[in-house]
Amino acid sequence: MELNSKIPDGSLDQKWTKYKGNVRLVNPANKRSIDVIVVGTGLAGASAAASLAEMGYSVKALCFQDSPRRAHSIAAQGGINAAKNYMNDGDSTYRLFYDTIKGGDYRSREANVHRLAEVSANIIDQCVAQGVPFARDYGGLLDNRSFGGTQVSRTFYAKGQTGQQLLLGAYSALSRQIGKGTVEMLNRHEMLDVVIVDGKARGIIARNLVTGELERHSAHAVVLCTGGYGNVFFLSTNAMGSNVTAAWRAHKRGAAFGNPCFTQIHPTCIPVSGDHQSKLTLMSESLRNDGRIWVPKHKEDVEAIRAKRLKPQDIPEDRRDYYLERRYPAFGNLVPRDIASRAAKERCDEGFGVNATGEAVYLDFSSAIIRYGKAQANVKGIHNATDQQIIELGTKVVEQKYGNLFQMYEQIVAENPYTTPMMIYPAVHYTMGGLWVDYELMTSVPGLYACGEANFSDHGANRLGASALMQGLADGYFVLPYTIGNYLADEIRTGKISTQSPEFEEAEKNVRKQIDSLLNNNGTEPVDHYHRRLGKVMWNECGMARTEKGLKWAIAEIQQIRKEFYANARVPNQSLYMNTELAKALRVADFIDLGELMCWDALNRNESCGGHFREEYQTEDGEALRDDENFKYVSAWEWSGDPSAPKLNKEELIYENIKVQQRSYK
Amino acid sequence: MAKGLFGSSLMKKFWMSITGLFLISFLLVHCALNALIFANDGGMLFNQGAHFMGTNIIIRTMEIVLFGGLIAHVVDGLMLFFQNRSARPVKYAYEKPSASSKWYSRSMALLGTLILLFLILHLYHFWLRTRITGLTVQPTHVFFEGHKLEDLYGEMKFVFSHLWVVIVYVLGCFSLFWHLLHGFRSAFQSLGLNYTKYKNGIAFCGDLFSVVIPTVFAAMPVSMYMGWVH
Amino acid sequence: MEKGMNLKLKVWRQKSTADKGGIVDYNVNNVSPDMSFLEMIDVLNEDLVKKGDDPVAFDHDCREGICGMCSMFINGEAHGPNRGVTTCQLHMRSFKDGDTVYVEPWRSEGFPVIKDLMVNRGAFDRIQQAGGFVSVNTSGRTMDANAIPIPKEDADKAFDAATCIGCGACVATCPNGSAMLFVGAKVSQFALLPQGQVERKDRVLNMVKQMDEEGFGNCSNIGACEVQCPKNISLEVIARMNREYLTANVKPEN
Ligand SMILES: Cc1cc2nc3c(=O)[nH]c(=O)nc-3n(C[C@H](O)[C@H](O)[C@H](O)COP(=O)(O)OP(=O)(O)OC[C@H]3O[C@@H](n4cnc5c(N)ncnc54)[C@H](O)[C@@H]3O)c2cc1C
Ligand code: SF4
Ligand code: FES
Repeated sequence: MELNSKIPDGSLDQKWTKYKGNVRLVNPANKRSIDVIVVGTGLAGASAAASLAEMGYSVKALCFQDSPRRAHSIAAQGGINAAKNYMNDGDSTYRLFYDTIKGGDYRSREANVHRLAEVSANIIDQCVAQGVPFARDYGGLLDNRSFGGTQVSRTFYAKGQTGQQLLLGAYSALSRQIGKGTVEMLNRHEMLDVVIVDGKARGIIARNLVTGELERHSAHAVVLCTGGYGNVFFLSTNAMGSNVTAAWRAHKRGAAFGNPCFTQIHPTCIPVSGDHQSKLTLMSESLRNDGRIWVPKHKEDVEAIRAKRLKPQDIPEDRRDYYLERRYPAFGNLVPRDIASRAAKERCDEGFGVNATGEAVYLDFSSAIIRYGKAQANVKGIHNATDQQIIELGTKVVEQKYGNLFQMYEQIVAENPYTTPMMIYPAVHYTMGGLWVDYELMTSVPGLYACGEANFSDHGANRLGASALMQGLADGYFVLPYTIGNYLADEIRTGKISTQSPEFEEAEKNVRKQIDSLLNNNGTEPVDHYHRRLGKVMWNECGMARTEKGLKWAIAEIQQIRKEFYANARVPNQSLYMNTELAKALRVADFIDLGELMCWDALNRNESCGGHFREEYQTEDGEALRDDENFKYVSAWEWSGDPSAPKLNKEELIYENIKVQQRSYK
Repeated sequence: MAKGLFGSSLMKKFWMSITGLFLISFLLVHCALNALIFANDGGMLFNQGAHFMGTNIIIRTMEIVLFGGLIAHVVDGLMLFFQNRSARPVKYAYEKPSASSKWYSRSMALLGTLILLFLILHLYHFWLRTRITGLTVQPTHVFFEGHKLEDLYGEMKFVFSHLWVVIVYVLGCFSLFWHLLHGFRSAFQSLGLNYTKYKNGIAFCGDLFSVVIPTVFAAMPVSMYMGWVH
Repeated sequence: MEKGMNLKLKVWRQKSTADKGGIVDYNVNNVSPDMSFLEMIDVLNEDLVKKGDDPVAFDHDCREGICGMCSMFINGEAHGPNRGVTTCQLHMRSFKDGDTVYVEPWRSEGFPVIKDLMVNRGAFDRIQQAGGFVSVNTSGRTMDANAIPIPKEDADKAFDAATCIGCGACVATCPNGSAMLFVGAKVSQFALLPQGQVERKDRVLNMVKQMDEEGFGNCSNIGACEVQCPKNISLEVIARMNREYLTANVKPEN
């Protein structure tokens, strides 16, 4: 497979400007006769569909939820980055670019990341113009906070509901176009295949989840904005429906899959409480602005806590180990996610975990409460405030900032986080890997694009907090609408594409065959059973720490799960009408294949970088040890027809503007 | 605008609250005037007031408007009631409305109907007799400073000498109390005047009004029956 | 670990929109108090699948109270007995061993049942499409985000209105089946922000028109929606919408 990243010439900060200046355009009259399918209506999809329709293309958009407003982006809590430098703390496009490359442990493309940093400021302007209610200070101007892996405050937020507010903004733009008739919206539709005609993506096969019928939709270009695949781990912070199916089917049709093993394990999630658990809940990274992470210094305290003889509040300061502050004094609790997660695992593996399963650490707000309380007392002119008063005042401030997160925690755990430190543990959260795309966001299949979390693009081996929302909206609002024109300029004479071609026929038949075989399987175990098993294998062997031996075992195990799944999965077959188990089964089938590829990828990458930590490759003090000589490339895997024999292609990463060095947050 | 003036759900609410507030203002006047019976002067002051109200051209015109307002309130209310019923064609098998709202807020149509039934009786007792058939009390007129006045006070005493009438009137006042308890605030909410700043004030006035007016009304038949006024 | 609870469920089953449907009894045993309500239904469904029965269809996605997808009417209350939470955030510790629990779909003319507990809330989308937006194209050439300062109080209020998750509990709860809380929240968000001013009048007129066409009932200020809204959207948004609507009707053009 030929991989051409199509990075424009010129100096880094001129590439995008030059590209835009020279890109081919489609005139307005022609746009109307060009169809584009956008699969997914998260931040990437909704913004892309709305923008393309505004430009004049005729757009069809799909989502599997009952409304575009419910895409998984809605759940993002903490915030969105932008190099606005409103805080005057030295931020700039270059710094955002640099932080992102470094945060990603030097495994992303310079040109893409720089473009992302360039358009970041526009995103905020656009969203404010749409009426997104970002948090503001008393002067009426936009407020910022800081996130992990940076030393500036560039994160815009709307309480703990930033994703919701941004998505509702994009959804309103999309709704406006749907109302105008320029976007045809297909809710409760799941894409199950891409149709390739003469080497170009020409449409999709989708299943109407209500009626159960298969539908053919043709277009001149197909854009996949279908989100991440963290649910391959069964338990993750992703929404229940998040899946890899669209991306995986595209992969099977020739789209290369980039860096599949790069998974982000988020350090601050609510620990698992039991076998019944269906998903994990994130506690936003923004909490690390004010929360301090610790475990007891001494085993006897750990024991006492587990036996409920001691409460965390009872442990005196000098018997606590604030291990992030100890190990990383420069960034403290705000180290990047991969590092924070690994450090938590290290403590818990050493036996310092503070809950019954030994898999939890504390996130403590008591110092923040006191600090804020003192400041408030001063502001209010209370000079000899009692401790009680200070705590009350401080609690109010913390409630203002994180109220909804604290409430969420209390709902789930039934403990008051204002008085008892939160218990947290790392959980799967985001997938940096995804469909390989070039500078124009086109996959290795002409006419097939991927945006948002679905592509592999900008985050390298580790994503910085608040950068996924930025990337999703950058792709959808400001990048794809330009780059897609370059391809569609050749399509103005193509005319309407027929859905009656043999290619559509074959694709539909394929999907039908798979559905029929699942329905008539007469197995015994529900689909979730296999998904859970797969998740456990992935978490143990392809999670926070990976080894050659473990990965090889995992590959064999997954092959076994696949066999059993096809032999023994039970899908109720009374009717196709709203058959929720069938939808699940189709997704799990793809997760199994993807899981195996992730293990192959992790096995191939004999180095540690970002979220990919191979135990064999670490420094003396346990940090990730990269091997730039041999692995400074993107793994772009090609489908060979056999999930157990993927083919590796490499895209070398070239750094012209940044000196590649050992990442240090000390 | 024309269609929007009547057709939409919000406009129906608007008219409901406008007519409601109008009826509330009527209640205030009606109540104040009738409270003159408590002057304990053998109904002299009250009969003069009633005479004025019965002969003043402006008041007589307003009476027509009042009937119009009442009918509009009733018709609008019934329309809302039936539309709202069809907004939930399949009912819940298990309902627990008390968890989230007050019974009287949910029962405005019922309370309104009770009030209407009472009103028919009330109109028959007084309005019909003063305006059309003539009073039943004998003699029908009294003289005051040379003027011949209808003895409405006497009529009241006569009507309220029957226990069942007193009971029906008191029940009517109860219905009115519940109806107002919701209706007063509701009117301000529907007009969009329920600003946070005024919310508590409006609620307080509403509660006060709902208690005082029906109490004063109820006191009339009761006092007369018990012979407290003379 | 505590011993699990045993519950008796009475679940609404309906094969399709046209089907008449009815309540079916199920027993679910050994329920952990740490489970969410949806996880309890998962357990029921796994059982049903193993037996070869059709599992109960219900909407859900994020399972953390933000997507607005989950929608169960539990023991006579939208999203169950707790306040300020969605069904997915309701935990089984709110129930007792031996409880009987009714589970029904949202009931409204505007929300036809698709299957079992799943309803079609497309009406909300259509209301949004009628005017729930600011007409600004993507350009990257809008003015700087800080060009218009917005008083914090207004920004906060707009945000509070904007937290509506479009779940439809307000409609499900309202004895009149009215959608005013949902529509009021959207109208309020834009009415409070400078960006929303240009289309302020048309927006409220169009959204209300669409709302009426969808078959929702008329608000009579009962206030149940406010109590059961998982996001604590206040009745104030309805007052504001009434105000917006009346002024828009008095002065249709600017
Ligand atoms: C709990 C949580 C908190 C987060 N917080 C932050 C944060 O604070 N800041 C930040 O920057 N990032 C955050 N992230 C990450 C960020 O939210 C996501 O990466 C981002 O929203 C992904 O957007 P998307 O548009 O690519 O995909 P999604 O929002 O996942 O949308 C996917 C869309 O594709 C559709 N779809 C998928 N498959 C199919 C199919 N086969 N057929 C049809 N439609 C399909 C879905 O219906 C959906 O509309 C968070 C993530 C999680 C899980
Ligand atoms: S107003 Fe509340 S109850 Fe109604 S849809 Fe919005 S969040 Fe749900
Ligand atoms: S499942 Fe998303 S709000 Fe309940």
